[in-house]
Amino acid sequence: MSSPAATPLDARSFDLVALGLAAVLALYLPQLPWWLSAALAPILALRWWRRRHRQARTPAWLKLPLLAALLLSIVSWYGNLFGQAPGAALAVGLLVLKLLETETVRDARVGMSFSCFALMAALLFDQSLTATAGVALGLLPPLAALRSLEPGRRPPSSLWRELPSGLGLLAAALPLALLGFLLLPRLNSPLWGAPNPGEQRSGLSDSMTPSGFTRLLVDDSPALRVGFDGPPPPPEQRYFRAYVMDRYDGSSWTYRDVANQSPVPVEAGQTVRYHISLEPTRQRVLPTLDVPLAAPPDASLRRDRVAMADKPVTALRDYSLESAVRYRLEPQLGPHRARWLQLPSGFNPRTLALGHAWRQRHGGDDAAIVQAALALFHDGGFRYTLAPAELGRDAMDDFLFDTHEGFCEHYSSAFTVLMRAAGIPARVVTGYQGGYWNALGRYLLVRNSDAHAWSEVWLAGRGWVRVDPTAAVRPQRISQGAAAAVPGQLPWYQSGWLQAVRNRWDIVNRWWNLSVNGFDALRQRGLLKPFGIRDTDASTLALLLAAGCVLCMAGGLAWVWRRREPEDAARAALRRLERKLARLGVARHAGEGPRDYLQRAAHALPAHHDRLIELMHHYLELRYAHPGPVTGPVRALQRAVRDFPVVRVVK
Amino acid sequence: MRAALRRLAQFAERRLPALTRLRRPEPLPIELGRRRIYIVPTAFGLGFGVLLLVMLVGALNYANNAALLLTCMLGSAAVASMLPAFRTLDGLRLRGIRAGHALAGEPLELVLDFAAQRPRESVRLDCAGESLAFALQGTAELRLRLATSRRGWQPLPRLKLWSTWPLGLFRAWSWLHPQQSVLVWPRPETAGPPPVLPGDARERLRPQAGEELAALRDYRRGDAPRHIAWKASARHHDLLVKDFDRPEPRESWRLDWQALRALEREARIARLARWLGEAEAQGRRYSLQLPDERIDTGSGPAHYARCMSALAVLP
Repeated sequence: MSSPAATPLDARSFDLVALGLAAVLALYLPQLPWWLSAALAPILALRWWRRRHRQARTPAWLKLPLLAALLLSIVSWYGNLFGQAPGAALAVGLLVLKLLETETVRDARVGMSFSCFALMAALLFDQSLTATAGVALGLLPPLAALRSLEPGRRPPSSLWRELPSGLGLLAAALPLALLGFLLLPRLNSPLWGAPNPGEQRSGLSDSMTPSGFTRLLVDDSPALRVGFDGPPPPPEQRYFRAYVMDRYDGSSWTYRDVANQSPVPVEAGQTVRYHISLEPTRQRVLPTLDVPLAAPPDASLRRDRVAMADKPVTALRDYSLESAVRYRLEPQLGPHRARWLQLPSGFNPRTLALGHAWRQRHGGDDAAIVQAALALFHDGGFRYTLAPAELGRDAMDDFLFDTHEGFCEHYSSAFTVLMRAAGIPARVVTGYQGGYWNALGRYLLVRNSDAHAWSEVWLAGRGWVRVDPTAAVRPQRISQGAAAAVPGQLPWYQSGWLQAVRNRWDIVNRWWNLSVNGFDALRQRGLLKPFGIRDTDASTLALLLAAGCVLCMAGGLAWVWRRREPEDAARAALRRLERKLARLGVARHAGEGPRDYLQRAAHALPAHHDRLIELMHHYLELRYAHPGPVTGPVRALQRAVRDFPVVRVVK
Repeated sequence: MRAALRRLAQFAERRLPALTRLRRPEPLPIELGRRRIYIVPTAFGLGFGVLLLVMLVGALNYANNAALLLTCMLGSAAVASMLPAFRTLDGLRLRGIRAGHALAGEPLELVLDFAAQRPRESVRLDCAGESLAFALQGTAELRLRLATSRRGWQPLPRLKLWSTWPLGLFRAWSWLHPQQSVLVWPRPETAGPPPVLPGDARERLRPQAGEELAALRDYRRGDAPRHIAWKASARHHDLLVKDFDRPEPRESWRLDWQALRALEREARIARLARWLGEAEAQGRRYSLQLPDERIDTGSGPAHYARCMSALAVLP
């Protein structure tokens, strides 16, 4: 068995291996630093050219320095070798260098196996539909390369004809693959590490600077899932509070965590009970729907009814809560009023002036000032965009009077500053808003991209009132979610018919995200709900998986074991004629020979008499007059049978 | 490691003939069916399986459904590649085996005639240390060289037909044990005396006059004048000579088993084989007398083969 593995690669196999590695490199292009791609691509091309046209091997004195250079450059670029991005760079680099020493069948097998692994790992960076489709296509060269390693096959005439051969195998594998995908029990919590150890993918943070959210708003990973006792609240009430921020230093809002203060009183009107399943954030804050009445276990409520867990959330965390959605929060402000009016001195003079002006104009009517601010956002030419212009030192001045563009952070921040300038106690609240209501799983899926910032103002007699200035600018953000809010910045490909196409395509992406990427442990548990099984646990899934595998196996075996008898063409033609005659009312009796039968049919159908007699002679001659098989007359018989009319003769 | 594995295989074959590859010899044609095709993962297949497992755990750990789908796809494709591997062998027929002739110690050429309805790719045949790979469309003839050691009927060894098509992950195989033997001719001795001819042999070989006229040919210097066909030459401008059907230029050999009483059995056979070879090479006519068989005078490859075969099957 060892000798076939050591046989040298032929040219076609080497081409396919090189193609497979080139595909891996191409799929990794967005993840690799440009210099690495720029170095690896020529190495790959040169190596291919040298082996194919010079039959040259790569000397060891070249391989070792290249390896060392790869390691050194990655370490110096990323700082270490571990983690997702440096790991990917290392893997792709090593794969390309593997081609330098790919001479035998075994080398090719190793290289192709690991390129399959690298292809899978590419999906850790981007699991969109297009990326997945690209990676699936990237599987074709490795599969074709593995085929080409088998000796004694008939190689197709060109390299490109090799590739589709893998499609058949993948198509045959599809049922089992889907079964495995649906039924493989998902892990509730990862076995190791977080997906992106280097990346701060922690959802919200306890401070907010304008533009700090942008990364978060494009992060499509789930943040929390919420199930409700009773109907879900309407979209415009789906505000999940995380941090209440009071301190503003001119550039950022921060949350101060003060323990051992009893939460402020709340007069609850309407309450909702719900269960949240929170993805790991490595922070302590637990988002809650509006104002929680009590803290969940192993957590406590801070002064402003912010729920804080005792330990950072490192694994999926489930908690149940009751919250007030109609309420009066902190009806009496008491001595803390100054805290909610704090503004840094020496910043944003024009904003402050505007606030003062409103106060002068509207006198003691706080609600009118709030309306004035919302009207400003609504009618002042403001745009909602995820890529706003840079702001200077007086950020709010720049935003309100200059750039007029931003997203929720800008609006809530500017609104709060305006309110404080006008003497209304105000604060910024961050959290999540919206989410996708999963009707099948009956839960609300809130993604990191649903992160949101809004304001609360304290109005006498009403307590803290939520005001969402973003809604004034872009109501879709609130009613339809984050994705609907940002067709703002329009590059060329976002306009006109192309945009329509992309919007349609986006449904596919959404479908992909929901059906494939969003198919998680929770939805898997609800998999059998249509069949009356409310909660599908892991053992049931395993049982189903085993049963499904057996079924697939049985199907495969049935396909493989069937034996098709090659039917005699002349007899097939006769059988077809029999069927036609049966429709005309002359069925063949059991034990009736073709000659007797056709003669009887000719008598019974005088309209076709001559034709049938001719067919009979033709068949008998074919059957008995030739010693070996003949093709030409058979064709003629088939044609004659095909042309035999079955229309009933109208008498 | 390899030796231990081989010992284990031999043990298994001894103890579990039904489960392992031991098959009784069977008459041709042999058609491979599902009851006799076995399939196991190759070493590469096992390694690939481990890799798939790592991919699976990684995809599950990172809750990455796209990666999980890809892994499932690749895994199912790997599993599904068992089916083409099986189908490569299923329904393959060994229709016949033609054996050539060979002297003991020289390789004997076998022509195996395979047929299948579907085209097959990358079928491999192992036979007594020799390995072939072939593709098949309709029929295929494979030439194998079988090592021989001694004269006589030699049963064909077991043939292993196997395939790792399409991905090299699984290895399907089947053993064929055709109930057929090939005849190996005795090996001639390298040198020795020529056969002793009976005393009247030379006498019988003298050219005898009055033999039948065979043809006319042009005159060559040295032709006897009495052979010139004068009448015919008169109608030609060259002299024509009557060519008579002449007896063999060389005497024919009567090779007799009994004449070699002094030698022991195998040496006798080797000597007779050498004489047969020399006679055939020199274009002589020869006959062979064996203890219980007599082959009349003759010559040519068929005659030679008949004589050698008779020698080969001597007890």
